Amino acid sequence: MTERKIRVLVAKPGLDGHDRGAKVIARAFRDAGFEVIYTGLRQTPEQIVAVSIQEDVDVVAISLLSGAHGTLMPKVVNLLREKGADDKLIIGGGVIPDDDIPALKEAGIAEIFTPGTPTSVPIEFIKANVRQ
Amino acid sequence: MYDKEKLEQIKQDNSDYEADWEKSVEKLAAKGKKGERKDKFVTGSGASVNQLYTPLDIDVDYRSEIGFPGQYPYTRGVQPNMYRGRFWTMRQYAGFSSAEESNARYKYLLEQGQTGLSVAFDLPTQIGYDSDHPMSEGEVGKVGVAIDSLADMEILFNGIPLDKVSTSMTINAPASVLLAYYIAVGEKQGVTPDKLNGTIQNDILKEYSARGTYIFPPTPSMRLITDIFDFCARNVPNWNTISISGYHIREAGSTASQEVAFTLADGIAYVNAAINAGLDVDTFAGRLSFFFNAHNDLLEEVAKFRAARRIWAKLMKERFSAKNERSMMLRFHTQTGGSTLTAQQPDNNIVRVAIQTLAAVLGGTQSLHTNSKDEALALPAEDSVRIALRTQQIVAYESGVTETVDPLAGSYYVEALTKRIEDEAWTYINKIDELGGAVKAIEQGYIQKEIQDAAYEYQKEVESGKRVVVGMNKFQIKETQPKGLLRVDPSVGILQAKKLTEMKSKRDGNAVQAALDELKSAAKGNDNMMPIMLKAAQVYCTEGEICGVLREIFGEYTPIQVL
Repeated sequence: MTERKIRVLVAKPGLDGHDRGAKVIARAFRDAGFEVIYTGLRQTPEQIVAVSIQEDVDVVAISLLSGAHGTLMPKVVNLLREKGADDKLIIGGGVIPDDDIPALKEAGIAEIFTPGTPTSVPIEFIKANVRQ
Repeated sequence: MYDKEKLEQIKQDNSDYEADWEKSVEKLAAKGKKGERKDKFVTGSGASVNQLYTPLDIDVDYRSEIGFPGQYPYTRGVQPNMYRGRFWTMRQYAGFSSAEESNARYKYLLEQGQTGLSVAFDLPTQIGYDSDHPMSEGEVGKVGVAIDSLADMEILFNGIPLDKVSTSMTINAPASVLLAYYIAVGEKQGVTPDKLNGTIQNDILKEYSARGTYIFPPTPSMRLITDIFDFCARNVPNWNTISISGYHIREAGSTASQEVAFTLADGIAYVNAAINAGLDVDTFAGRLSFFFNAHNDLLEEVAKFRAARRIWAKLMKERFSAKNERSMMLRFHTQTGGSTLTAQQPDNNIVRVAIQTLAAVLGGTQSLHTNSKDEALALPAEDSVRIALRTQQIVAYESGVTETVDPLAGSYYVEALTKRIEDEAWTYINKIDELGGAVKAIEQGYIQKEIQDAAYEYQKEVESGKRVVVGMNKFQIKETQPKGLLRVDPSVGILQAKKLTEMKSKRDGNAVQAALDELKSAAKGNDNMMPIMLKAAQVYCTEGEICGVLREIFGEYTPIQVL
């Protein structure tokens, strides 16, 4: 019997154009055996939530380097809750100061990965924490 | 560069040297030792590096390929005396929060000895949305200053005489709007357009391939760009109408050779577009400028700048039959490599930036931004920006490398690297020509894929430890993040929206509507759009209103997804 592959949405909310990290992590997830969907740039939280439900993903991985993390990341979580889809594991990455991380976790982001983190760290985190 | 007989002797000596070395390696191997600390020696971009370079590796003609500074093909620099005349322009990219706060930072930088301004706009401004647009939520004032209309621009340059500074603006898709605001501010200060000096980035192609702040599809975008070329040639003659940028291509993960190749391929596309729009090459080519990255591999970076100058000169002379010398000169701005900075042990970044500064200067840059040590964590704090500026000043005044022109020329390694980067870049340029040019290559995802492959390769090398990043994957310490990181006041979005509403209530609504209507018909036709942009700016049309009209007529770009 084959297990269902872990499905991950790599999402770029807001106007941020820095997608090197998002694309690198998407490839690393794929090489780790996950099924990966990448939203592309400039997605609203509403669009990200709609795609994550439609694609029935297990994980939403939000990449943000514009400094808008405090606004946009919690918004994705809240919208997922409203839609009753908050069983998904939500993680974030990008240029995010340590001081901002407690508030993001409080808002429902399971973990934040900052610059210099090897791709194996979020991969192991997903494997350990995903609810399938 | 050497006569045949001498080369033969050197060849003989070189094989003796190699044979001797092989013997020593065999001896070491017999003792179970290795002669070298790793299996493969490579540049920062992953190209293999020989143990030794000799005259045998400089297989180029001095007169035609290296030559003299200020002379074709400009390998050694675009001015005959380079930094003996004057230093490069020290230009720190800055801008955050409101126009008032950014204006204060500019005045601080000018007081500290900076010689030019460089404006960072926030993302809504870069993508043509006003601060009160729903897409602007959370982004206002974050990565740069928020500019909604001429009113903000007047505050941004308050007390800064525009005939005394040169200003670079990192603005692309809406470049014509911001240029119009700048010209309008100048007029209010009594400075006529012909007295303005500066640069707009205005490089849409790298937005599609690497940076992401595009708005319109390629065809109308290229028209906006060539309209600017034409308008400035007639009215703003000292303005650099475009800064064709490899910086972001490199930041997105490309190699040094790809940075050169994809940038110059974009350059070719702009020149072609302008020629097709009926412009004579020598009327605009002298105002084209470039923007490159400086990473840590000092000698590879120096070679990259030298190679880029040589290729561009050849392209302009041979492919585009430029007659004016200035049309063949690749003048460029450099920024040190943001992606080379580490969040770990951020003080180490000062050293990286110093090496990169040397690379830019030894490569003959015309202006330079040095990154601040804390930029892997946040926007830079004032004291970090000062260190970054001081780094340039130390290289300028203390290092000695500015006392003569192109001091690394003739280094066997540097000349060989220059040639290798040139050859690799030509291979890519030819490939892109075959695909139908840069626009087609981007539409097919070819350039994006090449960059992403290189980025992923780099990441794997860092993770396997093959590539050492000091403080990040080796020599780590337990540490906590430094305090005092710059924070943008979260209320700036609300304040900016309030200012916008106030401004709208004070302006002449009829004049605004008339200008927007005129803009709409201009967008549908073929006439140069810049004069009407200027009119719209003067009556306080907002950036969102102007771009809104253009979005309606031109549509928006839909990128191809490549993973």
